[in-house]
Amino acid sequence: MSSLTELSASEIARRVSAREVSAEEVARAHLDRIAAIDGALGAFLHVAGERALTMARRVDAGLAARASPPPLAGVPVAIKDVLDIEGLPTTCGSRILDGYRPPFTATAVSRLEAAGAVVLGKTNMDEFAMGSSTENSAFRPTRNPWARDRVPGGSSGGSAAAVAAGMAPAALGSDTGGSIRQPAALCGVVGLKPTYGRVSRYGLVAFASSLDQVGPLARTVEDVARVAAALCGWDPRDATSAKSEPTDFAAGLEAGAASPGLRVGVPWRFLAGGVDEGVMTAFGRALEDLRAAGAELVDVDLPHLPYAIATYYIVATAEASSNLARYDGVRYGLRAGAGDLRRMYGETRDRGFGLEVKRRIVLGTFVLSSGYYDAYYLRAQKVRTLIRRDFERAFAACDVIATPTSPVPAFRFGEKTADPLQMYLADIFTVPANLAGIPGLSLPCGFTQGLPVGLQLVGRPFDEATLLRAGHAYQTVTSHHRARPPL
Amino acid sequence: MARVTIETVDHVARLAHLSLTDEERQTFARQLDEVLAYAESIQALDTRDVEPMSHAGGSEVLRDDTPLPELPREQALAAAPDADGGLYRVPRVIGG
Repeated sequence: MSSLTELSASEIARRVSAREVSAEEVARAHLDRIAAIDGALGAFLHVAGERALTMARRVDAGLAARASPPPLAGVPVAIKDVLDIEGLPTTCGSRILDGYRPPFTATAVSRLEAAGAVVLGKTNMDEFAMGSSTENSAFRPTRNPWARDRVPGGSSGGSAAAVAAGMAPAALGSDTGGSIRQPAALCGVVGLKPTYGRVSRYGLVAFASSLDQVGPLARTVEDVARVAAALCGWDPRDATSAKSEPTDFAAGLEAGAASPGLRVGVPWRFLAGGVDEGVMTAFGRALEDLRAAGAELVDVDLPHLPYAIATYYIVATAEASSNLARYDGVRYGLRAGAGDLRRMYGETRDRGFGLEVKRRIVLGTFVLSSGYYDAYYLRAQKVRTLIRRDFERAFAACDVIATPTSPVPAFRFGEKTADPLQMYLADIFTVPANLAGIPGLSLPCGFTQGLPVGLQLVGRPFDEATLLRAGHAYQTVTSHHRARPPL
Repeated sequence: MARVTIETVDHVARLAHLSLTDEERQTFARQLDEVLAYAESIQALDTRDVEPMSHAGGSEVLRDDTPLPELPREQALAAAPDADGGLYRVPRVIGG
């Protein structure tokens, strides 16, 4: 990496604010790196070079004119193509939105830009965020920077790969069942899914509205904290956004550097079996490192977690089948089929949606259909309550709960596409946090066979601060986050 | 427990306005049957007296009913595949 693309978001903001380097130079360095290496990785669907340079110059002009610099001054960010930016294409990884340019900007993106961040472009993803490998993108595969014959994870695979490869120090993703944390784990970066309601969903293309949450990816916990602080906050345009107080997450990190008294719960019973041996070894070492940093390990029981995947794939597909009804060939995107209205709907949706999206619409429509609603959808919503209660009980005895983020490291292209259930089971450790609405953080905790392994910490609702402090404490005593892929 | 057949897939696809190929119909019938067999595990849980959780947010969803500027009509229509005279144009719906 050239030196500017090696810097953390925090260091870029510091140097740009001190006017040691201009936001424009920083943006240019990252755009150059994208041009040089993204052909081989495929992290971006759309690079907005001219727009980025214009915005960067605006940040520089702002700094020249005013006394207090914004918190993310000149920090380049990559945005998952599920978030709208006025004037730029939004595809959501789907043919059905090919050519669509939204007339508004997502609140998450506006907040970052208001904080001085510079958007570089839109990143690749599984179509409508449905997938765990980015292989469901209608446009291109994204390669894992650590091993190009392997997937980057998903659905925010483009954002994770861009951050891992130094094309952006930070990125935004969305997480419905692990779509920020799992690719962060597989690409060796940090990813945060905030508490449901922390970040506005305005301008986020909906997948499963009761589970979707926007969050940051970066190479250090400190950077994730800094971006999260800019991202979180009430938005009147999202009725589910919470009226939580703004929190300066980054400022609180040092307080817990030695994490004295931090109680880390480990659901050992849930971890028995089904986890890759190398992942388990790295996870075990991470627990020892946390203990060495002053944390106390506690055994916790979450008896309903074995039901999480079944519950998730009922709730998420039901909501998706309803949300995706809007793609009808009338208001935006693709229209196919002439003649009558029914045929136009059917052909538009047949040609516009990929296989996984159709599969989930069919499943979701089935579990909501007459005669099955009570047995599947209603029951799943009740199990969701049981899962949430499990966490409430567990958090009486601990402050955060640790598991591996993913039971396996990055897999090869095509390895799991033939069997959707196998792909779904890879989300076993991440979906519970979405069902319970609680925050989850994934951070690098070592390698197995040259592939990154992620440690996941989940916490109490609206207690991202404790998660980030624990994660930062871990990164002050370990160096896994400083490893870079061989590019 | 529910068994997914090709007829089930056809019925659901009609409800969802999806035209599927023969191959998709057959693959989906098999795969959805597998997924639902896996999901069957939740039927064994005792969920009597358990409230369904329909969302993860709080209950503070009321706001003042204040009119705000809306998206101008031309902008809303700009992305439409077919628009005319300030309206979306669709194939004939009634009569024919």
